[in-house]
Amino acid sequence: MIAHANQSSKPSSFEVRILRQDGPGQPGRWERHQITYEPNLNVISVLQKVATQATTVDGKTTTPVAWDCNCLEEVCGACTMLVNGRTRQACSALVDQLLEENPNSLELRPMSKFPVVRDLVVDRNRMFRALERVKAWIPVDGYGDRGPGPREAQDTQQVRYPLSECMTCGCCVEACPQFAKVELAKHSDESDEEFAERQASAYDQSFLGAAAISQTMLFNDHPTGHMNAGERLDALMGAGGIQACGNAQNCVSVCPKTIPLTTSIARAGRQTTLHLISKWFDR
Amino acid sequence: MTQQRVLVVGGGLAGLAAVMKLAEQGIAVDCMSLTPVKRSHSVCAQGGINSVNELTRQQGDNEWLHLDDTVYGGDFLQHQPPVKEMAYAAPGIIDLMDRLGVPFNRTPEGFRDQRRFGGTLYKRTAFAGATTGQQLLYALDEQVRRWHSAGLVEMYEGWDYLSPVIDEEGRCRGAIAQNLVTMEIRAFPADAVVLATGGCGLIYGRSTMSMACNGSAASRSVQAGAKYANGECIQVHPTAIPGADKLRLMSESARGEGGRVWVPRKAHDSREPSEISEAERYYFLEERYPAYGNLVPRDIATREIFNVCVNEGLSVEADRQCVYLDLTHISRAELDRKLGGILHIYEKFQGVDPREVPMKIFPAVHYSMGGLWADYVRSAEGGLEPGAPQNHQTNIPGLYAIGECDYQYHGGNRLGANSLLSCIFTGLFVAPCIENMLASLPDSAHDEKYNTLLRGQRAVKQLEHDALLKRTGGRENPYVIHQELGDVMTKAATVVRNNDQLTSALATVAELAERTANCSLSDTGNWTNQNVMFTKALRDMFPIAKAILQGALARDECRGAHYKPEFEMPGIDTDDPAEKRRQAEKWCDAFEEKNRKWLKTTIATFDKSGEPSLSYEEVDTSLIPPRPRLYGLVGAEIIEEVWKQRQAGHDGSANGAKVGGTSAVAAS
Repeated sequence: MIAHANQSSKPSSFEVRILRQDGPGQPGRWERHQITYEPNLNVISVLQKVATQATTVDGKTTTPVAWDCNCLEEVCGACTMLVNGRTRQACSALVDQLLEENPNSLELRPMSKFPVVRDLVVDRNRMFRALERVKAWIPVDGYGDRGPGPREAQDTQQVRYPLSECMTCGCCVEACPQFAKVELAKHSDESDEEFAERQASAYDQSFLGAAAISQTMLFNDHPTGHMNAGERLDALMGAGGIQACGNAQNCVSVCPKTIPLTTSIARAGRQTTLHLISKWFDR
Repeated sequence: MTQQRVLVVGGGLAGLAAVMKLAEQGIAVDCMSLTPVKRSHSVCAQGGINSVNELTRQQGDNEWLHLDDTVYGGDFLQHQPPVKEMAYAAPGIIDLMDRLGVPFNRTPEGFRDQRRFGGTLYKRTAFAGATTGQQLLYALDEQVRRWHSAGLVEMYEGWDYLSPVIDEEGRCRGAIAQNLVTMEIRAFPADAVVLATGGCGLIYGRSTMSMACNGSAASRSVQAGAKYANGECIQVHPTAIPGADKLRLMSESARGEGGRVWVPRKAHDSREPSEISEAERYYFLEERYPAYGNLVPRDIATREIFNVCVNEGLSVEADRQCVYLDLTHISRAELDRKLGGILHIYEKFQGVDPREVPMKIFPAVHYSMGGLWADYVRSAEGGLEPGAPQNHQTNIPGLYAIGECDYQYHGGNRLGANSLLSCIFTGLFVAPCIENMLASLPDSAHDEKYNTLLRGQRAVKQLEHDALLKRTGGRENPYVIHQELGDVMTKAATVVRNNDQLTSALATVAELAERTANCSLSDTGNWTNQNVMFTKALRDMFPIAKAILQGALARDECRGAHYKPEFEMPGIDTDDPAEKRRQAEKWCDAFEEKNRKWLKTTIATFDKSGEPSLSYEEVDTSLIPPRPRLYGLVGAEIIEEVWKQRQAGHDGSANGAKVGGTSAVAAS
């Protein structure tokens, strides 16, 4: 009953500090908004109120804050940001709980490991690119009728299912000391497509991160996916692969879906070692 | 000619299924989406996906009965050939998703497990925990990523579809879209444009739908001449968690796994639910519908919950409408294995553990059965003609609609776990149809001769955009208008509808539409301007909102989710056998008359200013003759008996023999 605890001690209003940025490479600036308290608010409804008010604490008219969101029930992964310094989804960040941590104010910042597009919107394409690098898919023959997939033990399903709940939200890599921001500036004479290509090749040299490593285990565990396990392990052994993991274990502690990321990383480590040895003997 | 390309707008289940199938056929595809496709609204679908399976077959189930349940549940408002094709394709679709690695729940022997969903007596629903939509979407997302990696698919994530490009002959040659970050407006030449843009829940302000589900793509297409069908058929899901920003879905699977809906018999009983004895609990769905119990079709569950709170005054809380959805009699281990995802959502957003304390839920707008009108070609067997270019094509040649944004399949009410099926089915099925359409075209929209057309229409959208940014003077706030629109729509056009309220809602909505023209933007920049994109989406909500209200106002009957008490047909109110029969005969007369008048698709066409006008189209009910939907009606047995005699009497055709299936089980 967290939401209803200490109802009497709630303030009549609270301050929201938002780190805003007009575009890539621009300086950041703090903006303050005063929001009337209501029970059961989340950070999304706070941002909606900020947009409707369109006025800062100092009475200045301002543009609505840009932020990403879609499902508002913590399954799409879009609205990840730093709320009171901690990486999480804005939709499931409940104001009542936040005010208990930090009375009278809350602070919103964009994720720090991805290029800021504007305000709280960041570009997380690097994470999707990582899924391509590790071939995170089942390479079926085709989409014609070939009967059911392989039978699967309940135990295996119960290992795969949690891994498959990963919504590529980015919390794990935001918290990871080894995952460094990669931000390129677009050249004036460059088309969007050329810029995207240059970004992709920069991403391909940088650390994959826990989410993508865990996905390799999801597909290597599947009987059909297992047939291509070697290709995924090769990708894990390349530049920015699993050896970049420093075992800080921050990833698993911030994952909103409590995916056993460090277990995946440990398994991936063992599989790559065995893969390396077997490759060496097969030469 | 240059290479032909297809543009798929929308990256949910339907869009991605179409993309991957087209790519497999060797067709170059551009895929456009408001969000990274992996974040599409399909992730919110929880409970599962329906198909006949080996176990249900052994209990007498077959594809025909899946078709029957679907059209009976939908109150016969959908054309039957597409539904038939879908029901027969369903087992193969589940097999395919299984092969793609979806972690479906398993039986101890390793087979796919199934659960029961509403509106059927069979366990047809395959599921992956309580995040089946997410799991299915990810499987398709992975396949599309594979094709993208192979160079056959171009992704345009973060683009908003502004309009189709239509040439002088009325054929669609591409689309105009705007980048949400750079605000660039670009023409996308395409030889077929496939809309897979989902529902329009945002018109109701708060719903179970995601923020991308604003109906703008459908609206922009109808304003360019596409027709909109059965707009008034909006599903209100019986069980959602009320919230300030969103009404979060609590899946039907909670009831499929044994969840029970109840209220204390004493109004606003303030005791903890665990202290209220069985005798003091009112399990109103189980009492009123013994056959289906908590798994009656959604429209019925919704009306009963609404009724018990609003009319009978038995809401759990005094100042807020809600009923209990109780899982506490099921073991924690089983709950976590089968429903973990949704219980997690409840716990996270309400701060209460639903394994220990019954959940508090209330109905919420959930799904658009209506949508863009789309064509089909009936095969000799009564299904769809595979590969016919007309299948799923709108009235604009070259413009297709699939998934939730088309109007086929669900009629007046959608059965749970049929939406994931209809999305994947339409995406896969439309691909060969498009391939054949492309083969019939002598040229490509990428040919130079279409440059002028595409450039011209792009320029129109650019001018509109620039004018909107420069607009001064107005003082209206688009977010405030959106709230007001949501309030009026929710009040007038959800669970209970009446003509006075609909008429006044139409006037209010027209007023709001005018006020929207005076919105001033608080952001006039040209970089990630969400303010201007929201204002455009808001402006485009009005044509669809008007079509919903007008369709509802005109339809003077009850059908599926569309419920007007004024036109409700009362049950039998006598015990005298002769009088009972007489009333049943009269009831059946009225039922026949109602079908003559209203068993029709509502078609809205729009003028340049977005005003809809309505016309009607016959529904193809040639496979399963319409029969009364009698769930829970007093006197259902005698009405059913009379109805069957009538059918046997004046319908000696082959179809007549199939009347009754199994799902005509009437509960009283």
